[in-house]
Amino acid sequence: MTLRQRRRLRLALRWVAALLVTAVFVFPIYWLFMMSFKRADEIYAYPPVWWPANLQLDTYRVLFKDGDAKAVWNSLVTASVSTVAAMFLGTLCAYSLARFRTGGSTLANWIISQRMVPPIAVVFPIFLLYVWFRWVDTYFGLILLYTAFNLPYVIWMMRGYILDIPIALEQAALVDGYSRWQVLWKVVFPMCRAGLFATAVFTFVFAWNDFLFALVLTRTEVTTYTVQVTHYFGGQSNFWGKISAMSVLGTLPIFIVVGFMQRYLVRGISLGAVKG
Amino acid sequence: MHAVRGIDLEIPAGEFTALVGQSGCGKSTLLRCIAGLEDIDAGDITIGGELVNDLAPRERDIAMVFQNYALYPYMTVYDNIAFGLRARKTAQAEIDSKVQAAAKMLAIAHLLTRHPRQLSGGQLQRVAIGRAIVRNARLYLFDEPLSNLDAQLRDEMRGEIKRLHQELGKTMIYVTHDQIEAMTMADRIVLMRDGRVEQQGAPLDLYERPATRYVAGFLGSPAMNFVETQLIGASDGGAGLALRLADGGLLGLPGAQAARYAPYRDRALILGVRPEHLSRAPGGALRAGLVRQSATIALVQPTGSRTFATVMLGDTAAVAELQAHDAARVHESIDLAIDMNRVILIDPQTDQVI
Repeated sequence: MTLRQRRRLRLALRWVAALLVTAVFVFPIYWLFMMSFKRADEIYAYPPVWWPANLQLDTYRVLFKDGDAKAVWNSLVTASVSTVAAMFLGTLCAYSLARFRTGGSTLANWIISQRMVPPIAVVFPIFLLYVWFRWVDTYFGLILLYTAFNLPYVIWMMRGYILDIPIALEQAALVDGYSRWQVLWKVVFPMCRAGLFATAVFTFVFAWNDFLFALVLTRTEVTTYTVQVTHYFGGQSNFWGKISAMSVLGTLPIFIVVGFMQRYLVRGISLGAVKG
Repeated sequence: MHAVRGIDLEIPAGEFTALVGQSGCGKSTLLRCIAGLEDIDAGDITIGGELVNDLAPRERDIAMVFQNYALYPYMTVYDNIAFGLRARKTAQAEIDSKVQAAAKMLAIAHLLTRHPRQLSGGQLQRVAIGRAIVRNARLYLFDEPLSNLDAQLRDEMRGEIKRLHQELGKTMIYVTHDQIEAMTMADRIVLMRDGRVEQQGAPLDLYERPATRYVAGFLGSPAMNFVETQLIGASDGGAGLALRLADGGLLGLPGAQAARYAPYRDRALILGVRPEHLSRAPGGALRAGLVRQSATIALVQPTGSRTFATVMLGDTAAVAELQAHDAARVHESIDLAIDMNRVILIDPQTDQVI
């Protein structure tokens, strides 16, 4: 074999390996989507039906007609609002920790340690508290909880991003006539935009995927999609069509969010800010 | 711990003042106190007669150029320069004319639409200066603005900043660790050491009449030579004084200075002599104040216009700045003429110039 042939062979092998790995990862997603389009008999057919005879949308129609799809809306509301709230409050706290050394060197560590509490350890006390305040099964209750639970993570991450901003950039703005709030808006946010979006994505995904808190703290009004999916596991039979269709509805927003934010997730915007 | 202490300084309006000293001497801290970026524990700072102790940086009407340029990577050069004007709600037409004028003055008009990452170090520095000068502030602060540039660019920008000062006539305070920058640019040098002002004055005053050994050694390149000597009465037994080197060589002091140094007779003193005051002695008699001393050459460094020769004075290696062709070969002995009118004597116990 010539050197050139060998190089081509190696490239081809690499492609094959990459495709195999991709297939392994993509297959469950493919199967989930396909199942949501199948008729009941196709779901249980053996050998399995790889591609439904016709992509019927009956399962989705039923979900929307019965109001089950509202669970996705509930997830969207609680995850979005709590993400915005946690990002706003958390970034301000992080700025304070980073630039004014609020709480000395230990407060930041104490804050992140809050994130290490296992949710199961606190969920029942919180439930009792929520019953007392009548916050069970309300948007407010769930949003408050997600915000509180995500705050340590946001503070910790944003503190790191803010510490990476050359302080001279902020001082130059302060000297040039801007107030602290304006500096935050005109310098700090643009400088850590990539970090803001990356942190927001993870915060959103945490709230979106939460099951435990939603299970315990909701009943019928603000059931989130993760809890809704479990309603289709029955004593006698599992409604695989509904399970898969609801899961698809629950997965799509994440695809959209990540797809939309992808360029911010990978871009390091602060490059070239300061030389030396 | 205090980075600066007991500073009592008045910067005259319209002057270019350099705060100079080694790193850690407190010069940057002092500048940042003036800017309001650092709080002061005690004392007062006034700008244009107004007490500014409790004013935020933005209320002090100052402009500052930072060592690392502090340009915003997500903004164009134009927006970077206009940044300070926008904070003050300046009309767009005025912003535009000021930015264009500053860009023209700094020869960066063709770069206005670019982003900082597309610029070279020298261009970045011009943009940073541009951002300051459009502000029309009452005080301009420079924090080691040239220390990130390479040598040639630094020389060029030095002249440029000095020209800007002459054109704008603004009060400027310039922090640098580079004594050449301070000497060449400033109307006044404030030399700092360990958080205090060691000496201040016009550059040549400090150069020619340093108050302490530290100042004498800090200013000038190559640095002043310090030689251990003993002050003794001249051999004729009169009022004349001479310095005895470690190898026994005698350097007679001019009669005019005898009265000044008389109290130090029979004491060990440090002789401070600048390289340019050591020259090759011509044959025959020397003019008044010059003394002849033979010395062996240890090292020769030609620079083209001058040649620096390292010679042994007593037991100390000293640098002499000779005419380009005056230096002999290494290990050869030459006759040096030392200009005793220009030397300084330092009391080794206090390090003060006497």
